[in-house]
Amino acid sequence: MKHLLSIADLTPTSAMSILDTAQEMSRVSASSVKKLPTLRGRTIVNLFLEDSTRTRISFEAAAKRLSADVINFSAKGSSVSKGESLKDTAQTLQAMGADAVIIRHSASGAAQWLADSEWMSGSVINAGDGTHEHPTQALLDAFTIRKHLGGGTGDLRGLQVAIVGDILHSRVARSNVQLLTLLGAQVILVAPPTLLPVGVESWPVQISYDLDAVLPIVDAVMMLRVQLERMNDFFFPNPREYSHFFGLNRDRLRTLKSGAIIMHPGPMNRGLEITADCADSARSVIVEQVTNGVSVRMAVLYLLLAGLQEEEPSVNS
Amino acid sequence: MSVALPAADITRALMRISHEILERNSGSQSLVLLGIPTRGVHLAQRIASNIATIESATVPLGTLDITLHRDDLRMQPPRALMPTNIPSVGIDGRDVVLIDDVLFSGRTIRAALDALGEIGRPKSVQLAVLVDRGHRQLPIRPDFVGKNLPTSLTQSIKVHLMEMDGCDEVLLESQGGAS
Repeated sequence: MKHLLSIADLTPTSAMSILDTAQEMSRVSASSVKKLPTLRGRTIVNLFLEDSTRTRISFEAAAKRLSADVINFSAKGSSVSKGESLKDTAQTLQAMGADAVIIRHSASGAAQWLADSEWMSGSVINAGDGTHEHPTQALLDAFTIRKHLGGGTGDLRGLQVAIVGDILHSRVARSNVQLLTLLGAQVILVAPPTLLPVGVESWPVQISYDLDAVLPIVDAVMMLRVQLERMNDFFFPNPREYSHFFGLNRDRLRTLKSGAIIMHPGPMNRGLEITADCADSARSVIVEQVTNGVSVRMAVLYLLLAGLQEEEPSVNS
Repeated sequence: MSVALPAADITRALMRISHEILERNSGSQSLVLLGIPTRGVHLAQRIASNIATIESATVPLGTLDITLHRDDLRMQPPRALMPTNIPSVGIDGRDVVLIDDVLFSGRTIRAALDALGEIGRPKSVQLAVLVDRGHRQLPIRPDFVGKNLPTSLTQSIKVHLMEMDGCDEVLLESQGGAS
């Protein structure tokens, strides 16, 4: 495995090996000296051409804990804002000797494009491309679900996970549907019909328009952010009506199965898709998702960068 | 292929090592045993249960995976990580005994010493191995040895343990399978 571009590239074995590695990495994050020499001398570039808080700092923390050198690059304040193309930017990074590029871009497929190009030779990690995929988010979500509901090992067979909200624009949902299904969980999408993508019938999921019917049966509920920056059409009448039908609030919290967890990839619109008391309740693992994100990203960086890269390498050797 | 150490000899060697560890450290009060995956973990468990029989005391027992500290990571495809469990008493001020199956170049132990340095500051670190086959590439020596087995670099040592392989034996293999 040289790049991590899409969950579709993973097999159940390689996905499990990332989660198992992350499990070991989480011990490092919990120890007093949070530093390993594993990636010493490797250069990792955070190429964030779209805004991000937690993904960027999570990758940065992960790379630094493995002793890699991290160069942060964002569109604002760089030559990208003067109109430099992705090609020129990539060639600049190649010339500086980047071993890996972590890319976030507003265009779907940007990571794949960079990986297929001959502009740079390093690994490419997709940190979110448009409305396509966000594989490390799905991996950290699966890791969190496994830790709480799967005993920390094994796959997710027999679990039911609801993904609620703006499926149409959500790369997190697309990656999660693939990964959770790959690991054996059953995914239920809950959204107004206007926020479901065309062709969703062919996804390996159940679809519901009724959040109240789904909440009592699922083991985990993942609330998605209403992406106000992409709401350039009439998807729902107004935010209050959206909250009324698809928001997680105190009354709905009571109907959850015992042991069920509440997740959110962040950033949250408190009061829109989730109320503050749900986000801060004992059921919520939202803050822990951030912690797990660092472990999962350490695992991905380790598996992609630490070893010798062969022509057809496998994650498990 | 020849059997260098049969099952009964392995049991005797481990019992002797257990006694020697207790003798060197004047008992088991300050000890922490750390097995290096994969087979060192099982050897550490056996030594811990020997010590429990001899002293009727429980010794803190853990595992230490050294993969992330290896110096040859870039020469091979990525390796799977094994569990690291440090006993809750920690290692600060303790006499830590690292336990592995075969001591060869000494690079695993160097990595283990680096890994320990990130966990705490032991009073001392000692090394127990079932087989010392020589050919050290670093200035590292074992404190407790089951058997010194002089080998040539073309030979290989296979350790089989009941817990993983269904039988206890140490095999000496020459290249090409002839023995």
